[in-house]
Amino acid sequence: MLEIKNLHAQLEEEDKKILKGVELTVEAGKVHAIMGPNGSGKSTLSYVLSGRDGYEVTEGSATLAGDDILEMEPEERAAAGLFLAFQYPVEIPGVGNMTFLRTAVNAQRKARGEEEMNAADFLKVIREKAKSLKIDADMLKRPVNVGFSGGEKKRNEILQMAMLEPKMCILDETDSGLDVDAMKLVAEGVNALRNEGRGFLVITHYQRLLDHIKPDVVHIMANGKIVKSGGPELALEVENNGYAGLLEEVA
Amino acid sequence: MALSQPKTDATEARLAAMQQPQGGWTAMARGQAVTRVREMGLPARRDEYWKYTRPDTLVSPEAPQAALFETQEAPVFDQVERLKIVFVDGVFDAEASDDFTLEGVTIERLADVASADIHWALDLYGVLEANGQDPVQRPLAALNTAFASDGVLIHATAVAAKPISIIYRHTDTASDVLLHHVVKVDAGAAVTVLESGPAAARFNGSIEIDIADGGAFHHVRTQGRDHECRAATHLFARLGVGSVMKSFTLTANGVMTRNETVVELTGDDAIAHVAGASLGDGDFHNDTTVLVTHDAVNCESRQVFKKVLRNGATGVFQGKILVKPDAQKTDGYQISQSLLLDGDSQFLVKPELEIYADDVACSHGSTSGAIDEEALFYLRSRGVPTGEATDLLTLAFLAEAVQEIEDEALSEEIIDRIGAWLLRRRAD
Repeated sequence: MLEIKNLHAQLEEEDKKILKGVELTVEAGKVHAIMGPNGSGKSTLSYVLSGRDGYEVTEGSATLAGDDILEMEPEERAAAGLFLAFQYPVEIPGVGNMTFLRTAVNAQRKARGEEEMNAADFLKVIREKAKSLKIDADMLKRPVNVGFSGGEKKRNEILQMAMLEPKMCILDETDSGLDVDAMKLVAEGVNALRNEGRGFLVITHYQRLLDHIKPDVVHIMANGKIVKSGGPELALEVENNGYAGLLEEVA
Repeated sequence: MALSQPKTDATEARLAAMQQPQGGWTAMARGQAVTRVREMGLPARRDEYWKYTRPDTLVSPEAPQAALFETQEAPVFDQVERLKIVFVDGVFDAEASDDFTLEGVTIERLADVASADIHWALDLYGVLEANGQDPVQRPLAALNTAFASDGVLIHATAVAAKPISIIYRHTDTASDVLLHHVVKVDAGAAVTVLESGPAAARFNGSIEIDIADGGAFHHVRTQGRDHECRAATHLFARLGVGSVMKSFTLTANGVMTRNETVVELTGDDAIAHVAGASLGDGDFHNDTTVLVTHDAVNCESRQVFKKVLRNGATGVFQGKILVKPDAQKTDGYQISQSLLLDGDSQFLVKPELEIYADDVACSHGSTSGAIDEEALFYLRSRGVPTGEATDLLTLAFLAEAVQEIEDEALSEEIIDRIGAWLLRRRAD
């Protein structure tokens, strides 16, 4: 589903290389996790893949279902099926959450040449999905993420994911700032979306989230590269020994 | 105080080009207004109150030409059940207008009743304008009182059955029009007045509103549209105990617009909200000048103005809250903000608070900013293309002002207008 080859990227403004040859393939139906210490390039990878300004790809490629996404605008990547759940979801005063979601759903459908969803159908679908994430009518009406708690913001990200039905989901430290209950709720939301056609890339510092979202493959990222890959047991190793021991072993 | 010679000359040149309607109950008010104009002189470039807006094209003896603007857009407020009164370049169009019969209100035309000796509007015509000349002079309003050719006189005695919609049409590239409306809202009565359309190549519009205890007046207007048209408007309102006034203005296009609003809260517990949204692209100068005077206890006032400016457009806001010594428990709020869509546009602001009472809550703020890049990326990452995302954020920026319109159908009309304006520019 997502194929990243020898990806190098640096900050546009300064000559600072952050990604130094990332190799990663996420198959449809699989959940891959990326763990790594601060500054290893995990979040940068998610930004580069989603098309945020300020990063320059100097080498390598990234394709989604065979299509080169690095050449696409962010909105084209979204329409192609890429979704990034933000570490820090953005507040947008004045734009109702529901309006936002409907605009996004229909913009993607339009881009794909599909029929737009009418208001009644949309309402029906969103109510159902919101309910399972414990998002009430008030949260749907309020401006996007404005005044939402940390947990509400993350749940709102998952709701967007559920509505947009992407092929490939990247979760950037979705567990940060969440208590155990909130994390469980978010994980349940993610698990409900797991299916054969969809790939997941879960970026996290801690093994904790992976107790709830069980990964098929775990990668360790350090210094801009994937340095080690393995099964779920790799996450436990990090939990027990920290990154230091692991990285020494790799070096 | 003697006026400077150039100012006297400019004023006399303008007066010489004017024709004053003769006789009837307005004669005295008109005569006094001419005297006021001569005493004050018309606005000139060096006047402090015109620091950010050049008055020359608004005071010149002849109106600068304004080309007509072809539009396929359906007229604003078309979906609203309303009573229509149409003026074409300032001339009443009976054919296009509805019958003036409306439950809860009597409606007359100024030109129709001008020859009468006495009229209820005698106590208001030019009176609120004259009151509004202190502490700052507004000579163009006095000019309007003196020379207005027509207007609508509205007396609400109960809750009006539907909005009264004054529609201005511009068909003559050189039209120079002065219209003067008077609205009297009796105790417990309520009326909504809509104004729409570019009235003329140059328009001087005035509306005086007197709201008795417990009365309500709602006002929504759209102006501009034609790129080269010019307007100077004045709204004078006096509010009684527990009364409500809400006025909203959408200005889209128009090379020169100056809107002055003068509100006096004279009865306790009254509420006055004045709001506006402006959309300017290129040769656009939009000046909002507001004075709200609190002269009673426990009144609430809000000024909410948002301007979207691009390609060198200019927005101006001069807004003041004046709280008199006895106006305790005043709740005053003022916000003026601009969204600058490029580096060429500018927003010139002079917010003022002048407070003589000690138990009040007044706040004011002003900002200028660009589109929030973080929010833009967030929307794009969800699949919303840049143009649509920018428009969504622009509408969100304007939302606080548009939300001041109480009636949902009317605010929908305004949102549609704004959306259409943005869409037309998206293709650029």
